Formats: sequence, C-alpha cells, structure tokens
Amino acid sequence: MSAEKILAVDDSASMRQMVAFTLRDAGFDVAEAADGQEALEMAQREPYRLVLCDVNMPRMDGISLVRELRQIPSYKFTPLLMLTTESGPEKKQEGKAAGATGWLVKPFNPEQLVATVQRVLG
Amino acid sequence: MASIDLKRFHRAFFEESFEGLDIMEAGLLRLDPAQPDAETLNGIFRAAHSIKGGAGTFGFSGITDYTHVLEALLDEMRAGRRALNASDIDLLLRATDALRQLLVAARDEQPVDAALTEAVHAELTGCLHGEKAGAAAAPVAAKADAAEGWRMVFAPHAGLFMSGNDPLRILRELATLGDAKIDAVDAALPAFDALDPEQCCLSWKIDLRGAVSRDAIVDLFAWVEDECDLTIEALAAASVPASSVTPVAALPAAAPSKAATRPGADATSIRVSTSKIDAMIDLVGELVITQAMLQQQASHIDPAVAEALLQGLAQLDRHTRLLQEAVMSTRMLPVDAVFSRFPRVVHDLAGRLGKQVRLQTIGESTELDKSVIEKIADPLTHLVRNSLDHGIESEDARRAAGKDPAGTLTLRAAHQGGHIVIEVADDGAGLDRRRILAKAAERGLSCDASMTDSEVWQLIFAPGFSTAAQVTDVSGRGVGMDVVKRNIESLGGRVEIGSQTGRGTCVTIRLPLTLAIVDGMSVAVGNDVFILPLPAIIESLQPSADQVKRVAGQGQVARVRDEYVPLVALHDWFSLPARPRPVHEAILVIVEAEGHKLALQVDALVGQQQVVIKSLETHYKRVPGVSGATILGDGRVALIADVGEIVRLATRAAAA
Amino acid sequence: MEAASVHATPADTAEFLTFTLGGEEYGVDILKVQEIRGYDTVTRMPGAPDFMKGVINLRGTIVPVIDLRLKFGLGDANYDAFTVMVILNIGKRIVGMVVDSVSDVIELDPEEMRPAPEFGSSIDTRFITGLGTRDDRMLILLDIEKLLGSADIGLINAVVAQAA
Repeated sequence: MSAEKILAVDDSASMRQMVAFTLRDAGFDVAEAADGQEALEMAQREPYRLVLCDVNMPRMDGISLVRELRQIPSYKFTPLLMLTTESGPEKKQEGKAAGATGWLVKPFNPEQLVATVQRVLG
Repeated sequence: MASIDLKRFHRAFFEESFEGLDIMEAGLLRLDPAQPDAETLNGIFRAAHSIKGGAGTFGFSGITDYTHVLEALLDEMRAGRRALNASDIDLLLRATDALRQLLVAARDEQPVDAALTEAVHAELTGCLHGEKAGAAAAPVAAKADAAEGWRMVFAPHAGLFMSGNDPLRILRELATLGDAKIDAVDAALPAFDALDPEQCCLSWKIDLRGAVSRDAIVDLFAWVEDECDLTIEALAAASVPASSVTPVAALPAAAPSKAATRPGADATSIRVSTSKIDAMIDLVGELVITQAMLQQQASHIDPAVAEALLQGLAQLDRHTRLLQEAVMSTRMLPVDAVFSRFPRVVHDLAGRLGKQVRLQTIGESTELDKSVIEKIADPLTHLVRNSLDHGIESEDARRAAGKDPAGTLTLRAAHQGGHIVIEVADDGAGLDRRRILAKAAERGLSCDASMTDSEVWQLIFAPGFSTAAQVTDVSGRGVGMDVVKRNIESLGGRVEIGSQTGRGTCVTIRLPLTLAIVDGMSVAVGNDVFILPLPAIIESLQPSADQVKRVAGQGQVARVRDEYVPLVALHDWFSLPARPRPVHEAILVIVEAEGHKLALQVDALVGQQQVVIKSLETHYKRVPGVSGATILGDGRVALIADVGEIVRLATRAAAA
Repeated sequence: MEAASVHATPADTAEFLTFTLGGEEYGVDILKVQEIRGYDTVTRMPGAPDFMKGVINLRGTIVPVIDLRLKFGLGDANYDAFTVMVILNIGKRIVGMVVDSVSDVIELDPEEMRPAPEFGSSIDTRFITGLGTRDDRMLILLDIEKLLGSADIGLINAVVAQAA
C-alpha cells in the first residue's frame, strides 16, 4: 500500500516542518508549500488526498486557496483542513463558506494532528 | 505513538520569528497612522500571528499569551475596527522589542525581564480593552454534563459532500465515544433513476450511551454544524446500562515509520558562512585557471581529430564562467540590508531629540558586496546620527525659518560605474562656516578665513573635531567624522561633503562595489601584464606623434580632443627594465579619478576580463600604485594598478 | 634518520632541510618548510630590490619570492631545471626562497651544532643560528625569521613582533 499523499501549506517554515515531519512519521507522504499560490500550482499538477493549510499567508491566503481548490473537479470531495489560531467564528465561517471541510485549531500537538488526519482519511 | 520531540523545530521557529519581528518593525515604521496601508498592516499581523502559532505549538506558552494580546490589537487595526495613532505605533514598537526579548530569552533558555514585558503587556491589554472590551476571551472550560447519554438526529444537507465531509466519519467517531446505536433514515431517498450520487439524502438517528459530555458531541459535529440539522437531547438516566462504556480518546496511530524523513528545508534562503563562500570563490578561481590552461593546450590539437574534445572544452569554458559569475553574485546583497536599520534609528532618535524627521530611502535594492555592507553600517549610522543631532533643526527653529516643521533625511544609493554612491542628506541648517573655523582654530588646526567652503567642510574630518555646542547623548560618543572618513577610505572609498546654509548638508560616500572582483582591462607593458580597473577608463587611443608634447618642467602631456592630459608611461611609473616604445607606436589609456584625467602609456591592450582581487599584503606588503594582484588564465600573477593613487600622485606632481 | 632518532633526545635535536647556495650548504628548520617546488615564472614587483624576484601564484594565494643568492651575493643566480623554491611558512606569512638545489633532511644533535663564528661565511652572522657539522660537511643554519624580518626584506616584522 502506498502512503497517502498530503499537501501541507504554511508560510511558517517551522510549522510546516512540524506538520510534515509529524505526518511523515505517521506514514504519510507529505508535500509542502509555503503559500496558497504555490499550493494551488502543486495541487493542479497532481492529486492529494488531503490538504492542510494555514489561513494567513502571503500571496494567496488559506481561504482563497480552499475556494480555488474546490473549483478543481478532482478536489470536489477532497478533505481540505484549515490550520487556524483564530478560534473566533468568523474565520471558520469564512473557511466553511469557501468550501473547507474543517479546521484544526493551533496550537495543536503532533498527536492531535495525526489523530485528526487519520480520522478524516478513515 | 511515540511522541515527537518538538525541540528539533525550535531553531527554525526562532529564525523565522526573528525574521517576523524584523518585518513587524519595518512595517510599523513604514505605517502612516493617518492612512495605514492594508497590505503592510496585514504583513505585520501575519508575522505576529505566525509567532503566536509557532510559540503555542512549540511549547512557549509565555510567548503565546503575550503575542495573543498583540495579535488581537493588530487584528482590530487590520479589520479597520480601530483607528491608529502615532502613540499606538510607539506602543506596538515597544511590544515588538519586548517580544524580541521574550524570544531571545526562550532561545537562550534564560530568564525573562518580567517587569519590562509585563508592563508592555499591561499597556497592550489596556489599549485593547480601553476601546473594545472582551476581545480576548479565555477558553471556556468544558462543562461537565451529568447526562447518562444522548439522543441525536443528524440530518445532513444535500450538499454536505461538497465540503469534503463524510457523515460516515462522524458516525464512526461517535461510536468511539460510547455505546452507539445508529439507525439510518432513508425517507428522503429519491427513486434510483433520480438519485444524484453527489448529494447526501440519508439522515441518522443515534442513541449514544455513556459518560459523554455534550461538548464532546458538539465538537464532533463542529465542522458540519452549518451543513446539517442536528438535535441533541439528553437520554433518560434509567435506560443506561451500567457497565458499557470507557471513552476512547483517539484512535491509535499507525506505527511510525523507521526512517524518519528530514524536515524540508526552507525554500527561500539558507544561511551560509562567508568563509565557505570565499573558499568557493577561490576554488572557482582555480577552476578558471585550469580551464584556461586546458584551452591553451587544446589550441595545438587538430580540430578534425578531436572535435568532441574541443566541443567539450568550449562548453566547459562557458559553464566555468557562468559558475564564476554565480558564485560571485552570492556575495552581493542589496544595500537595504543596512538601510533597513535606519527607520528605527531615526524614529527613536527623533523622539529623543524632540524633532520631527521623515526618513526617505532611495535605491535600497542596489547591490554590493556583503563585506562592504558590513563595514559601512557603522559609518552610516554615525552620519545619520549627526544629521539628526546637528543637521536638522528643532521644530520651532524650522517653523521660524519658514520650513516644513518636519525635517527630511534622505538615504540614497545608486551604482555609478564600478562604484556604489551612498548619500546621507538632510534639509537642515547646513554647516556653520564660522563655527567650524572657530573650532578648528581652537583645536590648533591649520585654517584661515580665506579658505573655500569645501576646504572648510574638510576640517570636520580632522581628528577630534566636534562642533556640537553641547555634547548630546546622541553624537557625543567620541567617534568623530575622522573615524568615518578613515573607515570609508580603508574600503577604497571616499567621503565628500556638501552644504548650503539653511538648505542642508549632504555627505556622499563612494565605495567599490566589492572587495573581491573588478572588471579589468589587461594591458601589456614590455613583458609584463597589468590590470587597469575598467570603471576608471574613459577611452584608449593610438596617438599620433604630434598629439604628445613635452611641457617644460611638467613632463609629457597628450592632447585628447581639445584637452591636454598629463601623460605617464607605466614603464617609468613601475620602473620596468623594458624600454618604452616611441609614443606613436604605443597605446594611451585615458583614465579618470577624483576628477582628474591622466593618459597612461602602455604597449598594447590585451583584453577585458573580470578578475578576482587577491591581496598582496597577506604575504608581501603594500606596493605604491598597486591595489592588489590577480591570477591570469595561464596561472601567472598580474598586478592591478591603483589608478586613483597613480592619478593623485601624478597630477599632484604635475601641479607642483 | 631512523637511526638518529634512536639515540637522540627529541627535546634537543632538530631537523633541518639542507640546500645549497653558491658553493655552500645551508640548513633551515624543517618545521618552517611548507613545501618545495620547481622555479616558476615570477611576476616582478615595481620598486623592489633585485633579490625580491616578485610574486607567484601558490594555489590562489599571492606569495613573494626572494633569491638568497642575490641577497647574499653568492655565485650566479641562474635559473634552470634544477633551480628550486623552498616555500616557507613563518607565522602567518608564506614566502618562497630560491636556492640552487635541495639536498636532504638531516637531524642534528646538540653536540653537532656550534655557535656561529664571527666570520667564515658570506652571510651576516645576525641571520645565522649556528653551524652544524655532520661527517665532514659543514652546514650554515639560517635564522630565517630574522632574515626575512631584516630591514631590507621587511617581510615578517609584524610576525616577529607578535611572536615576541
């Protein structure tokens, strides 16, 4: 069984490294992007089973990324999770309206991250 | 699952956090409170937000709490819910400083100066709640519910799948919380031929028994709460079987893979020590020489026999040159690397001096060698301080003089030939000729009232000179303009000063772009080859005999167009044994330095090339008229002529 | 050499690279010698005395070369296939020294070394640490730091000053 491919998008290198490292450690195949634009280009080139993205990023923010990804036929049902520190309802609402599957509130620890990803991917 | 040691990510976290702080600081200083630029505010917010997120994730809760207030405040500004004023920016700058201290302390595992950060924190909190209370709500502790179980009706909207959600996943998770009895309701299911597989038409009735809090259930449905109809009711206590449940927190994770992949490196930049780069530059230099030697050997080979070899050599030549250029460019940095420190310096100093100063920077992207950048930071800081302290007047004085009460300090960088020119200009009162002369006389410097302005301005570069009526804590630090001048000159640069009473002062620094390479013209003099720096060369020509004249007592001059230019034969200058050719068989290279032209007589022009400057002084000593040496394609050493010095000495001799 | 090291106490013996200049044999502390290479094209330095042959490219570093035969006025300073440069590393300075030929590395016991007499060599005794004898050969032991630091060469003043 080949590992499931996940795209991790965050402008913070340390967060991205942490997410990627943790998920790789849990047996996933993780690609990394530093902003929404880069992520969108990567997602257009090949399919990912799940996308984890930060909300606040330069060039293209996470909400726009989710909106763009949902326009791509092969990403119609793909779980798109937002990593957000903003537990306020507006950001989540905005994300949901754009088509996000759900969110993960920072700070989260590696165990929570793996558990969530595994739940979503079944 | 083995827990992952988060420490491995700390270095990256600190590095990017410090970068984030720089962004915040630069952004805050750029921000015009009256018309805040949305993208700048966003950038500042994003940086604070990332630091907070990282701090939380990597276990620096003190920093998270602190940054939270800062972030909340920035968020309100960003969203336009809060008007910005200059004191807010001051507060945010101080908050940035305090955050830096917190990060430094965390990085170095040192205790924090709590008094300072707490004071700023309190101020931030006050600012945040002063106008809008309750923005930072503490997370609500989960309520302990006493119910024995829950009955739910979960009816997803038809479009639930479109957000990537899956009811089955939620049901599966529910089942992990307790003893779940799930019934599907298919009443809404259409006839098979009308069925749209992308729509969700089922709903579910669930009875969940066990000591499960209502919040835990709400959490499970959190992602879909707007995409379904959900009712949750408590089940009657009597119907709960006593033995059934132990809640499971999370599914066990898959076995961690043995070969842990390295965390991806930051794609945008890496830090490399300059000694590595210098070693690389040396090696590439050697490669260029080896390559040239091969090329020379190959010139004897019959092309018909070794076509592939020669093609390969031609390619090697191209790639070697590209590699050399690429390696050289790694040392070049935009001057912004040093300019970027000044907004803060100016902001703080102006505040301390009670003056209003606008800082204008022009040409920040102009590139120059890192080693030069490092060495100009101090002299520039000194000049900026001087301008603020002595140049720009107080608000009242400016108003009285009919000037804009806010002074302007301009930092400008531009390439000019092979040099970078940096100007530090202010629109202040200008230099005071009388005071400088008086001071110089007092210091015993040779001066008199008949000196021209520019000669008077030069006096301030004399050691120990200072005209400040009172020594302030800004400029009176013992470092004088003489040190500035010396530092710049040690880099092969020059300092000039211009000033107009009431209009301002402008200090101009001219520096070589790099201390490592120069575009050179190789010229032959007898059997020797010298390099003349290309930027100093105006033109070269083959003179006719009548173009060169001997002037009594002044040596030779060459008529170049309508100008007479002193002529120096490099043979004589460098006392070479070879006899110079008659001048009409030679080449004249017209060079210019410090406003003076000079015709250098050589035997032939060999070619143009970029050369790596090697120091003669490492193992030998300084040689007059020689700025360094380089290694030619054949491995021989050629000397680089110090055109500035030759011109200076030659024109001085001619003028005397 | 093997044999020599058996009966010598390491603290008192010293190893020397021996070479010839004119007709005489000289020795220089082996620890100061970085390498030996054939004579190469040298780039002349303007204004330098004749014994300062110029500079060479030693793997990317510019290194001065002096010709001791010219400095001491010993025999003809001709340059042929046997002419050799001894590259010396003194403190932080690297200097090339042209000699007629390099002979040997020898180890001298204290009793094989004697202080330099007032005369008997073409070289100023200030630059000589002593005379070595081995079998019937006489070896002039050069104080290379003092020599290179002397006023007219002036290459290692700073280094000597640092070391002092």
